Amino acid sequence: MNRVVLTGGLILTLLSLATLILKIMRRRSGLPYRELGARIHSWWVMAGLFLALILSGRAGAVGLFALVSYLAVKEYFTMIPIRRVDRRIIFWAYLAIPLQYWWAYEGWYGMFIIWIPVYLFLLLPFRQILTGQTRGFLESTGKVQWGMMLFVFSVSHLAFLYGLPEVQGHSGVEMLLYLVVLTELNDIYQYLFGKSLGRRPIAPAISPGKTREGFLGALAATTLTAAALRYLTPFSVPQALAAGAVIATAGFVGDLVVSMIKRDVGIKDSGDLIPGHGGILDRIDSLTYTAPLFFHGVYYLFY
Amino acid sequence: MRLKTLFFLLIVRPLLLLFGGIRTEGIERLPHRGPAILVANHNSHLDTLALMSLFPAATLPRVRPVAARDYFYATPLRRFVSERLVGILPLERRGVKKRGGHHPLDPLAEALDRGEILIIYPEGSRGEPGELRPFKSGFAHLAKMRSNVPVIPVEIKGTDRALPKDEALWVPFIIDIHIGEACYYNGTVREFTRRVERFFKAPSDGS
Repeated sequence: MNRVVLTGGLILTLLSLATLILKIMRRRSGLPYRELGARIHSWWVMAGLFLALILSGRAGAVGLFALVSYLAVKEYFTMIPIRRVDRRIIFWAYLAIPLQYWWAYEGWYGMFIIWIPVYLFLLLPFRQILTGQTRGFLESTGKVQWGMMLFVFSVSHLAFLYGLPEVQGHSGVEMLLYLVVLTELNDIYQYLFGKSLGRRPIAPAISPGKTREGFLGALAATTLTAAALRYLTPFSVPQALAAGAVIATAGFVGDLVVSMIKRDVGIKDSGDLIPGHGGILDRIDSLTYTAPLFFHGVYYLFY
Repeated sequence: MRLKTLFFLLIVRPLLLLFGGIRTEGIERLPHRGPAILVANHNSHLDTLALMSLFPAATLPRVRPVAARDYFYATPLRRFVSERLVGILPLERRGVKKRGGHHPLDPLAEALDRGEILIIYPEGSRGEPGELRPFKSGFAHLAKMRSNVPVIPVEIKGTDRALPKDEALWVPFIIDIHIGEACYYNGTVREFTRRVERFFKAPSDGS
């Protein structure tokens, strides 16, 4: 627990530093830097909420992730085109969220891991049969399932990670913090390296802002940070470096996958819930890939 | 505190926060003082609740959705909700044509004179989900009678998914409310109706 508090202090120090730099930039240039200011302010709120709730105990942490999943998937369902009858399957999809998080809270791994990809995925087509609307069946079932996969199933791995029993003196909370901090730092590294060195776009059709320099710079920085934060985990140095590289790469892919969804439906930001960041989808996009991959790596190695 | 205000503060707003989530554009253009005419598209009973929930508690008693008396006062329960909780301005739809020299819009004009904010759905009633029906010109006639009162177009999206007509199941979707610039009556009733209607047909700016 002390290591969690220490890392939390580290995050808040970093944020204070960012706020200080912003103040200096504002004074020097006389520009308001409104967007950046909003971004940093939102980071304070998010980091504060996250740290407070993971320190508050299991119920608080699991509740937070359940709420994040719900808000994210609601943004997703709002932005995709649907048929009127799809309201019915979407309703059932929503009901699956509290149960998924209940299994995570209980630590019932068998149920947690199949609840969405087996039971819900079989239930939704059944509910479609009852509507009797054949046209668009495959498309709308797929859309709802994919949203549940990314924003509920994937994200719920954070909640299960939280509850993992101690291994070599390291609790699930520490590993959760490790994963989330590295994923979010990787996003920030990409932004910083992209802004300063970015030249060659890496996926111009999907996300013109992403550059090779940004990706590679973040990959290096995240891998090193992963080694530095190793004290939160039971990892050896090579394991920590590998975890960092996986998180950097997977985070990048997750980000692009969500961009792909937004491109497909023709919108830029998924919402305005988080000032300076966009919607909640824009903030957790990387986590949808890093959370399950990191979790299953840890689960395979230590449990 | 009035029942209507309590209803919105304790029931409507928390429910909308949990099961909806309202995103607004141009919220600073929402009038906090009457008189004003809000013209909105209509697909769901949630339209009225969502739009009214944006007003501060102090303004709420003066916000009156204009609605058909024959439907909203038809049963005691519906009447209680419409009259006491939502505070509609009941509109007589049948047999009022210039009866006894009264213009059917007189009660609305009087409400404006009292400084109230009227919500009018010129599509007549809730349309099919996502579909905009041709505007009726009642609001333009009213604007002509009180040409110093601002007319503010309000586009509501998402309620047709959350709670469409003929459905009782409310499914959570985000509700988008876009408040336009105020305009004042000029030209002919027909022209003014079309002018306001154009706001709803313009492609949204994708935000």
